[in-house]
Amino acid sequence: MTADKIIFLLIGVLILVSALMVVTTRKLIHAALWLVAALFGVAVLYAILQAGFLAVVQVVVYIGAIAILFIFAVMLTRRDMRDQGPQTRSNWWIAALLGLLILAGLVFLIINQPDVERTAAVIPAGVDTLRNLGTALVSPDAYVLPFEVASVLLLAALVGAVYIAGFGKKS
Amino acid sequence: MTLAGFLNDPINFVAQWLTGLLTGWGFSNGLITVILYFIGILVLVVFVMLLDIGLVWVERKVVARFQDRLGPNRIGPFGLIQPIADIIKLVIKEDITPAGADKVVFNIAPVLAAMSVISLWAILPLSSKIFGVDLNVAVLYLVAAGALGTLSIIMGGWASNNKYALLGAFRMVANMVSYEIPMVVTLLIPVILADTMSVQGITQAQSGMWFAILSPLAFVIFFISAIAELGRSPFDLVEAESELTAGFNVEYSGMKFGWFYASELLHAFTFGGFMAVLFFGGYGGFFGLEKLSAFHWLTNPFIQAAVFIAKAMFGYWAIMWVKYSMPRIRIDHMLAFNWKFLVPLSLVVLVNTAILNKLLAGLPAWGYTLGMFLSNVIIGVVTIEILRAYGRRQHKSEQTLAQAMRN
Repeated sequence: MTADKIIFLLIGVLILVSALMVVTTRKLIHAALWLVAALFGVAVLYAILQAGFLAVVQVVVYIGAIAILFIFAVMLTRRDMRDQGPQTRSNWWIAALLGLLILAGLVFLIINQPDVERTAAVIPAGVDTLRNLGTALVSPDAYVLPFEVASVLLLAALVGAVYIAGFGKKS
Repeated sequence: MTLAGFLNDPINFVAQWLTGLLTGWGFSNGLITVILYFIGILVLVVFVMLLDIGLVWVERKVVARFQDRLGPNRIGPFGLIQPIADIIKLVIKEDITPAGADKVVFNIAPVLAAMSVISLWAILPLSSKIFGVDLNVAVLYLVAAGALGTLSIIMGGWASNNKYALLGAFRMVANMVSYEIPMVVTLLIPVILADTMSVQGITQAQSGMWFAILSPLAFVIFFISAIAELGRSPFDLVEAESELTAGFNVEYSGMKFGWFYASELLHAFTFGGFMAVLFFGGYGGFFGLEKLSAFHWLTNPFIQAAVFIAKAMFGYWAIMWVKYSMPRIRIDHMLAFNWKFLVPLSLVVLVNTAILNKLLAGLPAWGYTLGMFLSNVIIGVVTIEILRAYGRRQHKSEQTLAQAMRN
């Protein structure tokens, strides 16, 4: 067992436990903090895969922006931050079944991959992965269209938010 | 294995010596790497924490100067041992966890606060040979570590189960979420100018000319948003003592409060370091002086580290200068200043830098520098004119209002 595998297993346990705590804990803030832990674990997985950019962006976007806004919204809107009442509905078993089916499907797909046992390729010293990613995002033969579509989508969301917050009041 | 070898590349020298020693003891190669990394992290953290103890003294002495006092002067020469006495006091104080506090979150928060700052030192290059790691996403890493700092403040404020603490945490989030935007935008400007996100690359790109001269506006915006990120005056609404007693850390006592205090000081100094790296050439930036044989000693790692610390100290001093001379800003003014002024201005500067960087690429170095500098001056003058016109218009409308009320 290599160091990579040990770290992967530890992080995997951390992610699974935190994800489980997100849905089982009764305090909303605790749920948000466990979510932060799970997202941080995913960032570590990216770092193990030598995707440094994705790891850092995961922390900036998911922890720095989304999780903090979650917590902010919860703190602003709830007086009592404890969830009362039952945590499950009567049809919880359908959700559990679906979840198990999806998990089984994913495991099946991954096991049947021809190169499932392959270790991560070592990136040669001279290659700047970040520069390659940046060029791919803006070059016409690669991902410029999805990139621009995503930007327009975000811009539309931004304009919509400004409209709802500002001009919507007058009508 | 000579003194010269140590002086020219201290980290590698020690690492090679230790590797030889451990191999002799029969350790495997993988284990040696792990041990070396652990020792490296330990040495870095100890260095940073020792520096932090010194910063307590520096901060107290400087604020005393600004306020025409003497500052600590009883214990040791010039009060130098005062911080040690402070630490002993903090450690032996009673450790109080308020009733109704969320114990685990309450205790994690100060650790996370210190962690977010210390982790920044992993990427700060003390010299070309002394640095933690040369990440190719270092500039984004700076933003990510700041996010953890915000999280620690929210956790501390919420877990204290205290209204003042919670209000302080709210203000801090509003502050950090908004000032992060101009900061990230201005962080892109050194990246454009240096054509890399690695801090070593950015430092080396400034060996001829500091980015603070190529883009002074970017530096000013970064400086302002750094002060806001630190939650220091004039943006210290997070711990406005006249309104919130002490803000998010009001329930903390003893060394837990000490961690928040220490990490705040260290954070300010660290941002001084980042200002030095991103805009003032870091450990280098001697305008090509080090290429002359008479000044070749400037490339020595220890000299470089001293230069870096001096520049970082200057940045830290400038942050303190602002902190102790400015009154606190009102919260709506703070947000309006960010969204209506800093964000548009930083975007204009970014677009200007990106376009000029390509247009002026063919010119000789002095033409490039002059073009960049002049474009910044023009943007600055236009901004001031717009602000002046706005102020005049507002003044006039107020006057007419007053006139109407009098009639």
